[in-house]
Amino acid sequence: MSLGGGWYLGLAAVVFSIGALGLLVRRNVLVMFMCVELMLNAANLTFVTFARMLSDIGGQALVFFTLVVAAAEVVVGLGIVVAIFRRRRDATADDLHIMRG
Amino acid sequence: MPGVLAAATTVDSLTFAVAAAVIVAGAIGVVVSRNPVHAALMLVMTLFGVAVLFVEQQANFLAAVQVIVYAGAIVVLFLFVIMFLGVDRRENLAEEPLKGQRPLAVVLVVLGLAGILVLGIGARWAVGQKAVAGSSAHPSGGDVAALGRSVFTTYLWAFEITSALLVIAVVGAVVLARRSGIVGGDDAETADSDGPGAEPVPGVPDADDAREPAP
Repeated sequence: MSLGGGWYLGLAAVVFSIGALGLLVRRNVLVMFMCVELMLNAANLTFVTFARMLSDIGGQALVFFTLVVAAAEVVVGLGIVVAIFRRRRDATADDLHIMRG
Repeated sequence: MPGVLAAATTVDSLTFAVAAAVIVAGAIGVVVSRNPVHAALMLVMTLFGVAVLFVEQQANFLAAVQVIVYAGAIVVLFLFVIMFLGVDRRENLAEEPLKGQRPLAVVLVVLGLAGILVLGIGARWAVGQKAVAGSSAHPSGGDVAALGRSVFTTYLWAFEITSALLVIAVVGAVVLARRSGIVGGDDAETADSDGPGAEPVPGVPDADDAREPAP
């Protein structure tokens, strides 16, 4: 039998925090997307851990849906990055104030 | 938690320790690496570590999907975009555009992590009924059968919505990425940076010019 769920949950919290930190401090939009993926993965790990702890397959089904949403999010997000890059030749979050009113 | 550690076998503890080290190292690598390509490769490392932990928790199907979809598709998409845009130059992490943003971010994240851990350790979890959607512990036919049964019965509606979401995402990506069209399109101010493909053909009315009088 594997380790207690608390270890997995703690690890997921740490990974989530690292992803949040990267999202806050990095300026490259692509790296910020990768940090979002880190946070999503931490959430997935939490879901699987709770699926095992509560002995409920619903947690794993939720991870399945999270994967789909993450894939869709990445596709649309990278499409937006490509569209912005085509106009501005740069993909830094600081310069993206086109939509400012 | 020595009691928990004693309950688990040595192999399990060792696997978790190695996977956790790989995951955390990869996550830190994503945040601190200056080259986006290196960040993407570090992300692959983290994803594989998470897949190992999925296997460790009897989620074999999700581990396979994690490797195929995340490491095989999403990261490759990242790498495609990085190469396509040519942004694989190094980013100067020393300069700080917003003064005091990084210390504030670190403080915020540490506070948030401490809050999560304190809540997780100290609070009594209000967990509901067990095994609402079927048990995950040694189901008949393995976790693949159990997951399939759950997705196609309990979560069938969500599954259908998922397919719609994927179609919408594909259509959105195509609309966003096309060069000229009804939505977006290249303006004259960026025409010089579009390469040879965007130059108007002499004698043929440019699609952008023809479209401009329309509202």
